[in-house]
Amino acid sequence: MPAETAPTVFRAGPGFAALLRLELLLALRRSADIANPLLFFVTVLALLPLGVGPEPELLARMAPGLIWVVALLATLLSQESLFRSDFEDGSLEQLALCPQPLYFAVMAKAAVHWLVTGLPLALLSPLLGLMLSLPAEGYLCLLISLLLGTASLSLIGAVGAALTVALRRAGLLLALIVMPLYVPVLIFGTGAVQAAVDGYAYGAQLAVLAGLLAAAAALAPLAAAGAIRISLDN
Amino acid sequence: MSVTPESHSLLEVRQLSCERDGRRLFAGLDFELVPGAALQIEGANGAGKTTLLRTLIGSAGDFSGDVRWNGLPYPRALPQLREALLYIGHQAGVRRGLTPAENLAWYGAGRGEALLALEQLDLYGFEDTLCQRLSAGQNRRVALARLFLPKAPRLWILDEPLAALDTAGVSRLQGQMAFHLSRGGSLLFTSHQAVALAQLQRIDLAAYVPTETEEPFAGGAYAG
Repeated sequence: MPAETAPTVFRAGPGFAALLRLELLLALRRSADIANPLLFFVTVLALLPLGVGPEPELLARMAPGLIWVVALLATLLSQESLFRSDFEDGSLEQLALCPQPLYFAVMAKAAVHWLVTGLPLALLSPLLGLMLSLPAEGYLCLLISLLLGTASLSLIGAVGAALTVALRRAGLLLALIVMPLYVPVLIFGTGAVQAAVDGYAYGAQLAVLAGLLAAAAALAPLAAAGAIRISLDN
Repeated sequence: MSVTPESHSLLEVRQLSCERDGRRLFAGLDFELVPGAALQIEGANGAGKTTLLRTLIGSAGDFSGDVRWNGLPYPRALPQLREALLYIGHQAGVRRGLTPAENLAWYGAGRGEALLALEQLDLYGFEDTLCQRLSAGQNRRVALARLFLPKAPRLWILDEPLAALDTAGVSRLQGQMAFHLSRGGSLLFTSHQAVALAQLQRIDLAAYVPTETEEPFAGGAYAG
């Protein structure tokens, strides 16, 4: 038989848009996974005034830092399962075998993770700012800084999730790997909100947050792709 | 329609030995796969069938010997190989939160193509049921439905494709394998069952058990 009748090479995996659509579909069907970080975020911030006392001055002083730290922990909480089910059912291996670079697959997963955790967290934050008597000047900055910051957190967390996907109980290890990388985002995030509350310009801090996001978008999926290949090779 | 295999070999394996967790599984394995040919790997549980397949798809790096795809040595050949490879492993790659039709879309199939493929495996009517509600055998069929998509890659590497299938499913799958070979595709699979295919070579890994005197190779490197 002549060679040209042999089956043709074709795109053996999903394109970026298809991947994004199907990942989002999967995430929306697992609604408990979406609700958990949000519930954690709301509950902890609702309990805090009960713990530290209801004085508005004290709460207003602490609000930017508290909201940011709890948002960071809520993101971390949902990160462990990012690649877990894909690893167990073999679809992570199939992704690694696709001709397309794993970079885009990781990017799609991180983007969906942000859409179902970071975005709702950021949108809820003004409400929680109100509960913690955050001064009115801080709201816009809080929203923008969380939108930018949680996107970086989703990307950075993907690296840790990829490194620990082959381990059974990865929770604490993941936190140890990822936390130091979260620190710059936390510093500039709270810095921006604090500056806004104090009436200073906060454009510089937001620019640094955007820069961190750009760096994370360029580098984190590469690192995560490498980590996935290592995790699969055993 | 039967085809005489061409002399040009797609996959060429020379003196391959693999180890897993420091234990050498087999050594001195030699075979060639040409277009239109099928190869069945046999061996007891733990003989290294899955490790062999994972080495051939480039997922397990610990091997010594010479493996070539289209004349290019591993791991340089892997990007080319991945464009022509369809691999179904023990974990079938079926996402339980998606429906069968969505699972096939994940593998790049249009809805019409997906429905036709699913119909051939008696999954008609289940295309929009979540895979977590389907039985183990039905999930296996969803994975195998990739073989029935019109645009199939040339090289199929299948790990125990017949496991968990009923007799009708087995004969359907054998028919599709024969069709794949007849259009010039190649097939490499592991199975404990006898499979009726023309052009079928069989390799029993029991014949390649390493002798005790051989030195274990230094792991990690792609020795040439």
